[in-house]
Amino acid sequence: MDTSTRNALCTILLLAVLAAVLYVFQKHGTEYQIRILNNMAIFITLAVSYNLVNGFCGILHLGPNAFITIGAYTSALLTMSPAEKQLSFIIEPLIWPLSVIQVPFAVSLIAGGIAATFFAFLISFPVFRVRGDYLAIVTLGFGEVVRVLCNAMQSLTNGPLGLKGLTPYTTLWWSWGVAVFTVVVITKLVNSSYGRAMKAIREDETAAKAMGVDPFKHLLLAFLVSAFFSGVAGGLLAHLITTISPTLFTFFLTFNLLIIIVVGGLGSTSGAVIAAALFAWGGEALRVVESPMNLGFITIPGIPGMRMVLFSIILMVVILFARRGIMGRSELSWDRLFTALRLQTKA
Amino acid sequence: MTATILTQQFINGISLGSLYALVAIGYTMVYGILRLINFAHGDLLMVAAYAAIYAVTLLSLPWQISFPLVMILTGLFGILVDRVAYKPLRDAPRISLLISAIGVSFLLENLAIVLIGGVPKGFPRPDIFARVIDLWGLRIQVLTVYTPILTLVLLMGLLYIVHRTKVGKAMRAASKDFETTRLMGINLDRIIAVTFFLGSSLAAAGGIMWAMKYPQVNPFMGVIPGLKAFIAAVLGGIGNIVGAVVGGFVLGLGEILIVALFPQMAQYRDAFAFAVLILVLLFRPTGIMGEPITDKT
Repeated sequence: MDTSTRNALCTILLLAVLAAVLYVFQKHGTEYQIRILNNMAIFITLAVSYNLVNGFCGILHLGPNAFITIGAYTSALLTMSPAEKQLSFIIEPLIWPLSVIQVPFAVSLIAGGIAATFFAFLISFPVFRVRGDYLAIVTLGFGEVVRVLCNAMQSLTNGPLGLKGLTPYTTLWWSWGVAVFTVVVITKLVNSSYGRAMKAIREDETAAKAMGVDPFKHLLLAFLVSAFFSGVAGGLLAHLITTISPTLFTFFLTFNLLIIIVVGGLGSTSGAVIAAALFAWGGEALRVVESPMNLGFITIPGIPGMRMVLFSIILMVVILFARRGIMGRSELSWDRLFTALRLQTKA
Repeated sequence: MTATILTQQFINGISLGSLYALVAIGYTMVYGILRLINFAHGDLLMVAAYAAIYAVTLLSLPWQISFPLVMILTGLFGILVDRVAYKPLRDAPRISLLISAIGVSFLLENLAIVLIGGVPKGFPRPDIFARVIDLWGLRIQVLTVYTPILTLVLLMGLLYIVHRTKVGKAMRAASKDFETTRLMGINLDRIIAVTFFLGSSLAAAGGIMWAMKYPQVNPFMGVIPGLKAFIAAVLGGIGNIVGAVVGGFVLGLGEILIVALFPQMAQYRDAFAFAVLILVLLFRPTGIMGEPITDKT
């Protein structure tokens, strides 16, 4: 059996195991477990797509929350029934074409992705005129602008009231399906000639230019692909928590994603997947520090907000002392796994 | 709109602008030397405001002593931030430095939540700043007049340090060329520490003034002023101290006047600054007074 067949078989096997696990949880898991698994999948989608820009292209983009917001609102507005919309928009009615449209969930997710991509395209011109710190601030500013607009444009977003009572369409199959699809597409992209060009830009933009790589074209591609998946994940998130408002997707969300990709290793898709899963699980596990602890003889009161302090410290420690994160820039692959196994059996 | 109201708004704009200017100076100085946007700079406003509250209420120091003391302490705190979070990364890729800065910012905000609590605290504003005076028919809070004056005084002091002293000369040299400055036998770590000290104490002055203008102190109070001050620094030409002040005034005036002239735009006030930023970067990335941006390697 040659290696590519073996690798394909292993991948199929892994997906089958994943599907079996999901099936078991869907049948017998508690609501809480399902919620964590859903979160995990959405964070994987978000982290892997965010890592495409920050890790593989080496630019610090701080506005994924803007694309998540756009995706969430687009998708939510498209799945609500006209009657629900009329009930929700009490201050100002929703503008015409949106007020009567209702589409299936899948279509709304794709529409959310496309809307996010469209906005990414619009801001890409000012964004890619600059690099480094400036780019970070412009993208961060875009996130703020989107939040301000969501608050102000009441006939489109229902303002600060947000959208309530969405149907919880997001199931484990949807969220994990999208996550697997995202990982596959981004891995293919990164391993293509486009991906190599992106890494070349990351290492040295001037040298890449001299080799005939057009930085704008490749950065734009990464940015748009990343925005698309962020938008889709936003749609999933909206139909998971069923209530969205402008305060939900702040810079805070971007910060969490940044922690995930830094801890996973900037420029490693498998690192992003591992760190996202750890984050979704660890975020829940760490709730312990915020609730009162009873040690039998003494009760330690919970400290609200302590989780975020821990997360910030984890980020600082990783960036200061272990800049490679979990995976550095390497990937998990079947070849590496089997090589490692063989070495062990020989010894 | 009458001339009186317009003048009143103009003065408000100048006052707000001078606050942005105080904070923008710190951004621009650190950027000039390290080529780093100190994301945690805005949070120094919050640190200073809380420090001032505790100095006045717990230690019951008079404000004449506690405010300068807070400025010095915040300056030292700025040096500490640099030593812990930025110094180990001097030779690391720029993206790591930025991520570290964001980490410090979040750490400060969340530590404040844990240690002090998220409920806004009132700021013990000394009465002499709250008085309202009648100035040729305009009713103006004294604070509104004092803020720009204080800004100009501090700016003069800073310009004196930067242009007339030996440390200032070294700072200017370091912002031109790091390596050559080091070859000239200048202790760069000391220069960087002085830069952080000066920038952070100006931010502290800004934070105290901000807390007197909007007397609600909460752990996130520094975020928006910090971002806007950064935009002011870019608008004026980053790396240029006078430019930062000019940018601050332009941004403050613009924000106030746009709301005064088009009241229906009030909701979009926070987006105005970012629109300005995007326009500046599109058409004149060097800002009003800036020199061309060069990559320092």
